Amino acid sequence: MTEVASTYDTTAEISDDHILRVDNLVKEFPITRGVFFKKQVGAVHAVADVSFYVKRGETLGLVGESGCGKSTTARSILRLLEPTSGDVWFNPEGGDPVNIPTANKETLRNLRRELQIIFQDPYASLNPRMTVASIVAEPMTVHNVGTKQDRLDRVKELLKVVGLSPEHTNRYPHEFSGGQRQRIGVARALALNPSFMVLDEPVSALDVSIQAQVLNLLQDLQEELGLTYLFIAHDLSVVRHISDRVAVMYLGRIVELADRNALYEEPMHPYTHALLSAVPIPDPEVESNRVRIILEGDIPSPANPPSGCRFHTRCPKAVEGVCDTDDPQLRELAEEHWVACHYPEVRKVF
Amino acid sequence: MAEPLLEVNDLRTYFSTEEGIVRAVDGISFTLDRQERLGIVGESGSGKSVTAMSIMRLIEPPAGEVVTGTITFKGRNLLEYDEADMQDIRGGQIAMIFQDPMTALNPVYTIGDQLMETIMLHQKVSRKEAYDIALTAIEDVQIPGAKSRMETYPHELSGGMRQRIMIAMGLSCNPDLLIADEPTTALDVTTQAQIMDLMLHLADERGTAVMLITHDLGVVAGFCDNVQVMYGGGIVEKGTVGQLFANPQHPYTWGLLGSLARMDEEEQHRLRSVRGAPPSLINLPSGCRFRPRCDFAVDVCAQAFPLLRDSGEPGQESACHRANELDLKSIVQEEEVTA
Repeated sequence: MTEVASTYDTTAEISDDHILRVDNLVKEFPITRGVFFKKQVGAVHAVADVSFYVKRGETLGLVGESGCGKSTTARSILRLLEPTSGDVWFNPEGGDPVNIPTANKETLRNLRRELQIIFQDPYASLNPRMTVASIVAEPMTVHNVGTKQDRLDRVKELLKVVGLSPEHTNRYPHEFSGGQRQRIGVARALALNPSFMVLDEPVSALDVSIQAQVLNLLQDLQEELGLTYLFIAHDLSVVRHISDRVAVMYLGRIVELADRNALYEEPMHPYTHALLSAVPIPDPEVESNRVRIILEGDIPSPANPPSGCRFHTRCPKAVEGVCDTDDPQLRELAEEHWVACHYPEVRKVF
Repeated sequence: MAEPLLEVNDLRTYFSTEEGIVRAVDGISFTLDRQERLGIVGESGSGKSVTAMSIMRLIEPPAGEVVTGTITFKGRNLLEYDEADMQDIRGGQIAMIFQDPMTALNPVYTIGDQLMETIMLHQKVSRKEAYDIALTAIEDVQIPGAKSRMETYPHELSGGMRQRIMIAMGLSCNPDLLIADEPTTALDVTTQAQIMDLMLHLADERGTAVMLITHDLGVVAGFCDNVQVMYGGGIVEKGTVGQLFANPQHPYTWGLLGSLARMDEEEQHRLRSVRGAPPSLINLPSGCRFRPRCDFAVDVCAQAFPLLRDSGEPGQESACHRANELDLKSIVQEEEVTA
């Protein structure tokens, strides 16, 4: 490599173009033994030193297999889980950056208007005993926005925005299909005019034809309202479709982060290669010419991650004495293309 | 032509509920040849799993019932078998792999015991011989340390390993037909690739036909010869994978393909999506079941139920009144040009 690789700089001031910056985020879950005197005997290193930024108005896709820490990362960012360490700078337009993990209650409460989340399971994330009107109005009620009538008007407006009928206000979640419920979840998230939304597997529970409806809706809303998305998914096709940039996680680490086309067309990390080669493409002609990189074994336990590079136990390119001892840092190997690998190499996989 | 391995004719499986009769599978007919790999795709509630359960005779009255139809397997109608004969078919000649390997395996027996049980049930072998067959079966699905694995319990294995055990169990008696119902849906994508490769490689080696039930068109494109698309309890289109993906004849298939985000697409274009939601199986629309969501519906679609008929290339069939007049393929191309 001729280019001098630079480590991602976490000490510089947050740029105005960045709405969110995550610096060295760590989240560990303690493993305890005993009933009364809980003694910590270990920890699950769910998120292990993750740093990235999100540009204003973009969609950053976060992909990885189950247990890689993508959802924990999102929840730690929003402080739905308390991060173990690290900074999460939220940079509102025309305001001062706030460090979410150290923000006090009052600041956090105000921040919550700006930061919203949409969950995977539209069956579990809506209270079955509340009407659609009270579900969608709840964020406004909590934050004391407007009068009762104002809120109802806003609910009707929001329902229209997400493609539901305003007459549905007095219905209950069970009267809706999965796709419609997810729309209700979107309406609720939009109620307070947020600028940043975490979408945690928003379409994985939906059928294909409905997935497309919801993805189109999310894209339209982003365009109209200037939203920034952190889009978490395991479906690499959907992530390429919706994201501007994509980060790949493995066992609590980001292993590669790049512009969507660079990541899919010129991936450099061996894990990204394997991941992309495994995704079936709905085209028999393309499929018949593909070579799959089959990984050996299973993902190691995050309670006891491998030494050195966390991927070295399954990596076809691992070199003894390097990969099993040195932990590779994210380096910028091409413009805005970060890779954490000792032996990165561009490889086309489809 | 040789007799097909499996021939399903006008199968109707209904469930009675308090709200009314659910017509989960409503008049489907298809054949499956020896060594064929048939994909059955459809969204939730389209009837694909009930089709498999009906073939395996796993629909239990009074909740559900195969109302009419025949399921001819190697020349005999499975619906006329008594339970004892059926036990011999299940696992012996037709094996099934389910989506969730944790619920399909018994948590209180070791892997070895469960494998040996299947083997001893279907083959006249001693315990010792069954043990050896089980051991080979585990080695065949590429699980390292087969001997020690025999002693483990299902919870000690990862999802991918459990699904390997299910495959080992399914293929241990060399069945003629393997029905895999969403075998990789619960698994991660890299594990999915391992499992699909393994399953189809082993099925090929043994000459086992595979019926792959899935909602994932990508998996079908990669692993099947033929495919049929189900919607609202019926088959709306069938053909080879090449035909169906390149030249869909039914507006639903066309919509489904347009709903898919493709990983190999550089340009971000808008997904076509299919408006509305799948129909209630209790209260199906008149005429064509896809009509309320179809962009091309005309009067006749509300009046008459469309039957499968030749459309597109030889061997391709579509259940659409307008299949031969619509040129869905060129609509796709026009869209691509304007996008």
